[in-house]
Amino acid sequence: MSVDVRGGLKLEGLVKRFGDVTAVAGIDLELPPGKLISFLGPSGCGKTTLLRMIAGLERPTEGRIFLDDEDITDRPAYTRDIGMVFQSLALFPHLHVAGNVGYGLRIRGAAKERISSRVDELLKLVSLEGMGDRRIQQLSGGQRQRVATARALALEPRLFLLDEPLSALDANLREQLQVELRLLQQQLGITTIIVTHDQREAMTMSDLVVVMNAGRIEQVGPPLEVYRQPGSPFVAGFIGRTNLLRGEAAGDGSVVVAGRPFDIAGEADHSGEVMLSIRPEAAQLVVETASERNVLPGTVVFVRDLGELFECFVDCGMEEPIIVAGSPRDWVPVQQGAQVAVRFPAEACVVVVP
Amino acid sequence: MSERERPSARTYGVLAIPVAMLLIFFVIPFGIMVATSFYHRVPGAFYTPAFEFDNWQRLFQPVFLERALFSIGICLLAGFVCIVIAFPFTYFLTRMRRRPQVALLIVVLSALSLSEVIVAFSWYLLLGRASGISNILVWLGVMKEAVAYQPSFAAVLLGLCYIAFPYCVLTLYPQLTRLDPEITEAAQTLGASPWRTFWSVVVPIARPIIVAGFLLVFVFTLGSYIIAFFLGSPKHWTLSVFIADQASTNANVPFAAAMAIFLTVLSLIVVAVVGLIESRTRRLT
Repeated sequence: MSVDVRGGLKLEGLVKRFGDVTAVAGIDLELPPGKLISFLGPSGCGKTTLLRMIAGLERPTEGRIFLDDEDITDRPAYTRDIGMVFQSLALFPHLHVAGNVGYGLRIRGAAKERISSRVDELLKLVSLEGMGDRRIQQLSGGQRQRVATARALALEPRLFLLDEPLSALDANLREQLQVELRLLQQQLGITTIIVTHDQREAMTMSDLVVVMNAGRIEQVGPPLEVYRQPGSPFVAGFIGRTNLLRGEAAGDGSVVVAGRPFDIAGEADHSGEVMLSIRPEAAQLVVETASERNVLPGTVVFVRDLGELFECFVDCGMEEPIIVAGSPRDWVPVQQGAQVAVRFPAEACVVVVP
Repeated sequence: MSERERPSARTYGVLAIPVAMLLIFFVIPFGIMVATSFYHRVPGAFYTPAFEFDNWQRLFQPVFLERALFSIGICLLAGFVCIVIAFPFTYFLTRMRRRPQVALLIVVLSALSLSEVIVAFSWYLLLGRASGISNILVWLGVMKEAVAYQPSFAAVLLGLCYIAFPYCVLTLYPQLTRLDPEITEAAQTLGASPWRTFWSVVVPIARPIIVAGFLLVFVFTLGSYIIAFFLGSPKHWTLSVFIADQASTNANVPFAAAMAIFLTVLSLIVVAVVGLIESRTRRLT
């Protein structure tokens, strides 16, 4: 690691137990500096606890944390050089916007002029120019979020941590702020970790997604790779929707699902019971087909037209109905109750080992 | 803020009961007391209805004015001491785990079940020479011979703080429980040590409730007379002791009434001034 790139983080065997409950069950992770990384997982998967350990707000039961090769495990939060945006935002209600943003500088004993020029600079950065003398109670949700961001960045921290920072906002504003935060992060080149349970948020913002479940890491990779090549049924189901087909590896590279042969893309050295993951938009609805390969017959149980997307739920005798999604433009009209077949193109069938 | 609904007749109906209670048990007795303060005292007997200013004139003697100032002084001091102890205590109490928190809270609040007489008498014994704590110090070899810590100013102050402390904690507790722990954590990620966090975030946010707790102790202790009577010599007596003395021992109810009203007005002035200072200085931060 070169000296001038700051904010490289390494986690070694991190474990956190609260009494009998294990929140984080052994995490080893190396995060590159200057990137935006998201910790993605369902609630209770330990992602927030992991973030709080990095921030120094929770003491790990086991393991070490290294920031730029320096062991910071035993350093208290206030000496860690970290900026954090909390889920509740945790703005100081007794201070104005400028007082909030400049709080860290004031604690460091910076000169008044220095504080006010830095606060102006930060407010400009988050498009809140001239709002320094507003009260926190006068701000909208989006503005508060921006104040929290500016406050966390005021001391030019080596790490920027965000704990579900947008969860309290409505959907439109959330998407807008996701883009804003991402652009800001790219502009500053600051190592950023964002905790979220929203896979769209993770995919919008991240360079790297860390999918977590039950206190462990399920998969680490760029968003699209995680989406396309889920490493486990959990990841396949959590990152977007998917159809999971239970089958048996045939040994010749194909998989047998409900007695029908399925060709699959990629390596074919699987054996025994496997799961196939096929995204709804990759599955195709066919009315008639001569081939038996990669096809399952079924009955349409539900159809819905969402305007931008057409969805068809087909009962193919699996545990769950198969979801087929497509653009309404090239859609064959089908009725509820119709006998159809669903084709799963070989290149879309991803093997995930249960 | 959402638009408020117009209160219905039912709402007023519900309000009628507490308003009636307030009227019957507070406003009317207070009115009677005001009237009584102008009545004529019959020495050796009771009093007869009249309208004279004798009681009020007597009140403005240096001795009573001096007692009034002393009362306000010692009660303000009690409020200050109580807040200085109760605020950090309650803050750390709310940050504790549930179980020890409840246990400690019960211990503190159980002091409320003791009557003022019992508290005063217990401290009277504990601070006395015959069976007080100095005997333990003698036994431990720290002191040569037992001494009496009462009557004294410190003993009165101690007693007042003791009876007011649980009320002070009770006032602070709900607000401090609601203080978002993420706020103090945010201060720490911004470089503030726990000590700095306490002073730069917790105290300023809790300021209104600190002032409220302080005023509560002030008003509450101002009404206490048993503590000062038991633990102080006459020079440590508060105006409340004189009121009780006039009303029960001397049977001079009109004069007691005048003093009581005087004390009430004084305490209202102090409350108003403190409240004003609080809102003034808050606007500056």
